[in-house]
Amino acid sequence: MTVGLGTEAPQFDLPGVDGQNHSLDSYSDAEGLVLVQSCNHCPYVQAWEGRLSAIAREYADRGVRVAAVNSNDVANYPEDSFEEMQKRASAEGFAFDYLFDEPQAVARVLGAERTPEVFLFDRDRKLVYHGAIDDSRDEEGVSQQYLRDALDAVLSGEEPAVSETPAVGCSVKYR
Amino acid sequence: MKIEFLFWRECPSHPEARALLDEVLAARGLAVEVDEHEVTTNEEAQRLSFPGSPTIRVDGRDIDPAGASARPALNCRIYHLPDGRVSPVPTREQLEEALLQ
Repeated sequence: MTVGLGTEAPQFDLPGVDGQNHSLDSYSDAEGLVLVQSCNHCPYVQAWEGRLSAIAREYADRGVRVAAVNSNDVANYPEDSFEEMQKRASAEGFAFDYLFDEPQAVARVLGAERTPEVFLFDRDRKLVYHGAIDDSRDEEGVSQQYLRDALDAVLSGEEPAVSETPAVGCSVKYR
Repeated sequence: MKIEFLFWRECPSHPEARALLDEVLAARGLAVEVDEHEVTTNEEAQRLSFPGSPTIRVDGRDIDPAGASARPALNCRIYHLPDGRVSPVPTREQLEEALLQ
């Protein structure tokens, strides 16, 4: 079951495609922390990842950190292996951290069901927005910028007007 | 003409793709019965050479031959749009072209 609003961010310490380990503490200076359940092989992820990179770049100066987390079962989905993650991040020039949750612990604690699925934590690391990045996998059809609006609210010390939306995408591939 | 529509329920793209297929068939006045089949196991995906959901074949030919050779698996299928972007459903043009062949 997916965690509810107000839930504390999970503790984690995961390898990133940059060769460094990233823990919750390593984001302690962030004004907002965006964890996105993600992967390589999913067309929904691929359709949205450019927009996620744009958000990571545009909000970096305002103290927002973005980390995509791949928890998929690589035995059945080898396209999502750590090596393939490194290749894709390099080829696509991801502007966000891309972390490998091989034990699937983060996905299980969050109750993540889809890729991509956004979990936005505020300065106190409480969940304040959960769901989709925006309202259309087709960039040309976007009319609601859910994550951007939630980030703007958090950075202004307010609660997002829309705090939960349905995440649309592939299923998380649990073992 | 024989049309097969193979899908995996966990991927949410199949209703949209099926609706698009029905639209294209109706627009062309083609009263063809679509053989819809749900793929449920990895073994079945292997046996059917199912490269992802949805997969649509017209007289045995995949509507996107470039993607037909992807590793068979229970996943969402990747379709490439003419402008290079990625989509979980085929384009109307892909479907129309496949029906013309």
